[in-house]
Amino acid sequence: MTFTDFLQLLTDGLVLGSMYGLIAVGYTMVYGILQIINFAHGEIFMLGGFGALFAYAWVPALHEISLWAALPVMLVVGVLVSVTAAVAAERFTYRPLRNAPRLAPLITAIGLSLFLQQVVFNFFTLPGESMGITAPVPFPQLDGGPLRLGGVTVSYAAILTLVVAAGAMTGLTYFVGRTRTGRAMQATAQDPKTARLMGIDTDRVIVVAFAVGAVLAAVACLTQGLRLGSISYNMGFIAGLKGFTAAVLGGIGNIRGAMLGGVVLGVAESLASGLLPHLPSLQMFGGSVWKDVWAFVILIVVLLIRPQGLLGERIADRA
Amino acid sequence: MTALLEVEDLRVAYGKVEAVKGISFSVEEGQAVTLIGTNGAGKTTTLHTLSGLLTPSGGRVRFAGQDLAGVPAHKVVALGLAHSPEGRHIFPRLTVEENLLLGAFLRKDADGIADDTERAYTLFPRLRERRIQPAGTLSGGEQQMLAMARALMCRPRLLMLDEPSMGLSPIMMKKIMATVAELKATGTTILLVEQNARAALSLADQAYVMETGRVVLSGSGERLLHDDSVRKAYLGEE
Ligand SMILES: Nc1ncnc2c1ncn2[C@@H]1O[C@H](COP(=O)(O)OP(=O)(O)O)[C@@H](O)[C@H]1O
Ligand SMILES: [Mg+2]
Repeated sequence: MTFTDFLQLLTDGLVLGSMYGLIAVGYTMVYGILQIINFAHGEIFMLGGFGALFAYAWVPALHEISLWAALPVMLVVGVLVSVTAAVAAERFTYRPLRNAPRLAPLITAIGLSLFLQQVVFNFFTLPGESMGITAPVPFPQLDGGPLRLGGVTVSYAAILTLVVAAGAMTGLTYFVGRTRTGRAMQATAQDPKTARLMGIDTDRVIVVAFAVGAVLAAVACLTQGLRLGSISYNMGFIAGLKGFTAAVLGGIGNIRGAMLGGVVLGVAESLASGLLPHLPSLQMFGGSVWKDVWAFVILIVVLLIRPQGLLGERIADRA
Repeated sequence: MTALLEVEDLRVAYGKVEAVKGISFSVEEGQAVTLIGTNGAGKTTTLHTLSGLLTPSGGRVRFAGQDLAGVPAHKVVALGLAHSPEGRHIFPRLTVEENLLLGAFLRKDADGIADDTERAYTLFPRLRERRIQPAGTLSGGEQQMLAMARALMCRPRLLMLDEPSMGLSPIMMKKIMATVAELKATGTTILLVEQNARAALSLADQAYVMETGRVVLSGSGERLLHDDSVRKAYLGEE
């Protein structure tokens, strides 16, 4: 293990973590306003990838041009699919349960997850193939070999992930902090009844929170498809779990915390699975088999030390 | 002439429990009207119903000639009915100025909003000093000032204040009540809910005494200040 190897692990972790952060924002925004965990968010993520792939597969014109040029079209379709699903989920499953006991929306979310997975599993169709999918579906790949920066290798897809995540976070910060709707969102998160007294339509704010989370999730799934070369109907499970972990790690309800939690999680995961094989007594814990375990080890450790998460406030501080 | 606010036989229930059992009162343009009564009488429930946070189980509310039945809370404020809620409810992690601007959420006239922000700071100089501070770091009295200033930011036709002096030091309480009197003097129409009955009756044109969901007594503030039963029950006199 050289220093360059270490930098490589760090870079990979940063890329992975940016993607986790994009997913985490969706959990945290909805939680911040409604205090519910939208466990179907992993499937909203997955639908973004399938939406993008569907557009690519069924529009032959997109095969004639470079994938870079096709990406915006794929992104728009993926985002539309995710947002539609998220807004429909809010309208038809969460809103009717707004005043139900906490467990009801949670169980509903799990049911919704399975439903959305099965919809894709049974009905997603590629040209010339029968309806439904069984295995992971190949995702188009960007041309051009990986870049070498120093000794570190980075794919174009990885660079795209970093750029997109940075752009999305900048846009989101501006949106929440500077726009009228963003201010309405903060007010609704802090005190929903009083927000209504100000003239804020809080139902609309809730829809916007679901939609914004879905946009970022769709973006995240597109980058994962580009990086890993395939997507599958059940990819939302692990991705959702990681995004949720990142959100809790950063302090659920806190948007910057979600991104930070994602990065910390991604880097820790990458370092743990890359470094441990080189430590004599711990090598059995290294590698990809244990990769997903580290996320939760880190979560438990952080929550033991800082129950409110990295950037979260203690519940007592909340009005 | 019809009153700005007319409440007729209003009933409100939490589940099966009726908290407001058919009350009627009205507020005329330019008046200060107060609802007084012991804890749990139904005053806060009444204000929440007027601003649309609660749905009445019976009766009628007319504001500025419009029936409020079925109008959601976020549209009531657009009609000019502002509500400074009990317990202040400022947005703790937003700055003082952001809180004020939320009071003008539905307004589009940037110049008018800037004027009114300035007016709020003139009315409460303490808020100007704390402009960029998170509102949660203000003292109780300052939070109350902010809640009132925020409610004024929509240029309300009727300002509803729920217990503005609650939990404040005697000095701060005096200051807040003096501000209410000042607002009245400058023409603001006010519906004031208070436990500090003496202060409320002193400035009210018209007063209603509530007990367990009913109006048991009404009259001019002046008359109730000298009413024997009021003096015994609410002013702590023998
Ligand atoms: N959210 C609620 N759920 C059930 N009962 C309530 C609720 N809020 C108030 N009440 C009851 O309604 C009655 C009137 O309360 P409230 O309007 O707060 O009185 P006041 O403001 O005059 O002190 C009380 O008996 C109170 O216990
Ligand atoms: Mg009350």
